[in-house]
Amino acid sequence: MVKIVNMEPLNPTLIKITLEAPHIAKKVKAGQFGILRVSEDGERFPLTIEDWDIEKGTISFVFQIAGASTQLMSYKKPGEYIADVVGPLGHPTDLSNAKSVCVVAGGSGCAIGFPVIRELNKMGVDVDAVIGFRNKDLVVLEKEISALTNECIVMTDDGSYARKGLVTEGLQSLIDSGKKYDKVITLGPLPMMKFVCKLTEKYGIKTLASMNPIMIDGTGMCGGCRLTVGGETKFACVDGPEFDGHLIDFDEAIARSTRYVPHEKKRHEEACNLFKKEVE
Amino acid sequence: MANMSMVKNPMPSQDPLVRGRNFDEVALGYTEEQVKSEAARCLNCKIPHCRKGCPVNLNIPAFIKAAGEGNYEEAYRIISLDSSLPAVCGRVCPQENQCEKFCNRGIKGESVAIGRIERFVADYHNAQPNIEVVKPEPNGHKVAVVGSGPASLTCAGDLAKRGYAVTIFEALHTPGGVLVYGIPEFRLPKAIVAKEIEGLKALGVEIKTDWVVGKVIDIAELREEYDAVFIGSGAGLPQFLKIPGENLKGVYSANEFLTRINLMKAYKEDAMTPITHPKKAAIVGGGNVAMDAARCALRLGAEEVSIVYRRGFDELPARKEEIHHAQEEGIQFRTLRGPVEIQGDMKTGVTGIKCQVMELGEPDEKGRRRPVPVEGEFEVVEADVVVIAIGTSPNPLIRQTTQNLEFNKKGGIVADDEKGQTSLENVFAGGDVVTGAATVILAMGAGKKSAAAIDEYIKSKK
Repeated sequence: MVKIVNMEPLNPTLIKITLEAPHIAKKVKAGQFGILRVSEDGERFPLTIEDWDIEKGTISFVFQIAGASTQLMSYKKPGEYIADVVGPLGHPTDLSNAKSVCVVAGGSGCAIGFPVIRELNKMGVDVDAVIGFRNKDLVVLEKEISALTNECIVMTDDGSYARKGLVTEGLQSLIDSGKKYDKVITLGPLPMMKFVCKLTEKYGIKTLASMNPIMIDGTGMCGGCRLTVGGETKFACVDGPEFDGHLIDFDEAIARSTRYVPHEKKRHEEACNLFKKEVE
Repeated sequence: MANMSMVKNPMPSQDPLVRGRNFDEVALGYTEEQVKSEAARCLNCKIPHCRKGCPVNLNIPAFIKAAGEGNYEEAYRIISLDSSLPAVCGRVCPQENQCEKFCNRGIKGESVAIGRIERFVADYHNAQPNIEVVKPEPNGHKVAVVGSGPASLTCAGDLAKRGYAVTIFEALHTPGGVLVYGIPEFRLPKAIVAKEIEGLKALGVEIKTDWVVGKVIDIAELREEYDAVFIGSGAGLPQFLKIPGENLKGVYSANEFLTRINLMKAYKEDAMTPITHPKKAAIVGGGNVAMDAARCALRLGAEEVSIVYRRGFDELPARKEEIHHAQEEGIQFRTLRGPVEIQGDMKTGVTGIKCQVMELGEPDEKGRRRPVPVEGEFEVVEADVVVIAIGTSPNPLIRQTTQNLEFNKKGGIVADDEKGQTSLENVFAGGDVVTGAATVILAMGAGKKSAAAIDEYIKSKK
């Protein structure tokens, strides 16, 4: 059982959950993830570790309600418990030799990109960011990210806030303005990362994409998270979660991510109905 | 009176047609009457050859004698002197290659059904209310055990009985290792594993689940904090065929398929963890894990389940009993078929496996006849779920994070046969992480030897 220290809605779709896990807080580095289980008999799902506090012995995750488990987790209150958290898993983000980096993130990817930006800033690396959201209401961490970056471009799909358009357009304008990057790090939905990688490939900018496929154990045991990188099969959990974005077979990753969509939909509806019943 | 019947008392089992559609245990276990009758087949030989076939050297004639007299608790006491997991071993040990292989009754007719008697005794004991456990006097020493499969549980149990404070570090949320994620409910009910683990806890063993050694704590830290470390982390890394189409939707490693079903209970109607219910399943491989996967696929409702294996039927490495059970349940064996491509497309996923038709050639170095392709002959096995069950290798996490620990070419830890001593002074290892994928009882034997060696090592340091 893992105690919930805090629950903080960041926007109408994103929630930050802080858990008591001193042993994990002591070891985690930017880019690593954890696996959570909300209830006994619940499913295991991975989330990138967004923040941690060694002194307080806590770790935080930012999650979007995407299915039944995250729905159930969103109902939890501080002081309550979830069944399990295990981590830190995967390799930390490779920040070596970076001098000038652009972090390109979308939606909940902005939250998990935050510790990477913070780490780069601490290392004295020049960092820019392009962060994208569907609309104004969903914008998160703009202030925090702006404070740590030279330039932070906010994009919204519908133009209801800041610039209208996709993150690739924001990145394109930075490149056009003469910015030279030796690394781009991209985090967010698979199609977004696919197009970010297509763009950076054109300019020959080394790009790391943070992959978050379906997995069970997170330790290399199930192979469910496998993906093709440069023609070879890799496990996101132990070989990643970040890979050279120009070598990832995104179309295969997108196809694999849809494996359990009907099941997820059904369970999600059940979880929502359960809540409705409780409220009534 | 000795029972001179040439054959074992048959094991009562669920009807194949019924059991093929449920996850309940296949073998139902002997009745008291059957146990007594079977125990009477044991000749209590002066030189009990059966014992040399047992990796933990159980006092087989003694426990059978006690069981025959209806003294089941005494029989249990005798077993537990040498084995920490009798209810498990009675079910999943390959007795035909071990104790029962050396039984004198087996020379003419069938051996005594040692495993079935052991199972009865363990189940009898576990069914008793308020089993009293005497906690041993603590000796002031601490041992860390990595993993909670059969090697680790045995090592932990033996050390706890000697008064050590043992802490088990398990990566998953439930202890038991392959006993909970790998072996299906219908062969080894999870309640039985849980019961055995409760027994260890009652002895004072602490189990930390959700701790991945190599990530949240490493071997160097454990060596500092504990007097000795035992690594029994198993062989959990799945191997793939490395042929086209292997990453299509519907293609599983046996580990993933079985973990979803066994550990995550995906076979249950209301399970949170999903699994694809196959119409036609093809399982690649011929070992016990392949049989387990095939029989699980059938129980998920598949109309057709095939084992696809590149050698011949006689070369199947699975236990005869498992093959027999699978056949009874209607699993098809497509032997001499070597997969060359998994067919399908990104959208719908897998549709079949294209196989090279083989014939048997000369024996290889192990004496198994080598499969040789029949030029130009291919066959497609239709399937909407494919499970790759061709073996596993040791998990690389400890290898990647432990300096000066010696590993072999296959990624296993180098440890001596007798003690499990590794290249690091207070670090011992045993089970699949040393040998590569093997059996529960061999892992238990290794755990037992290491427990004795750890005891000796710590005492020698005083």
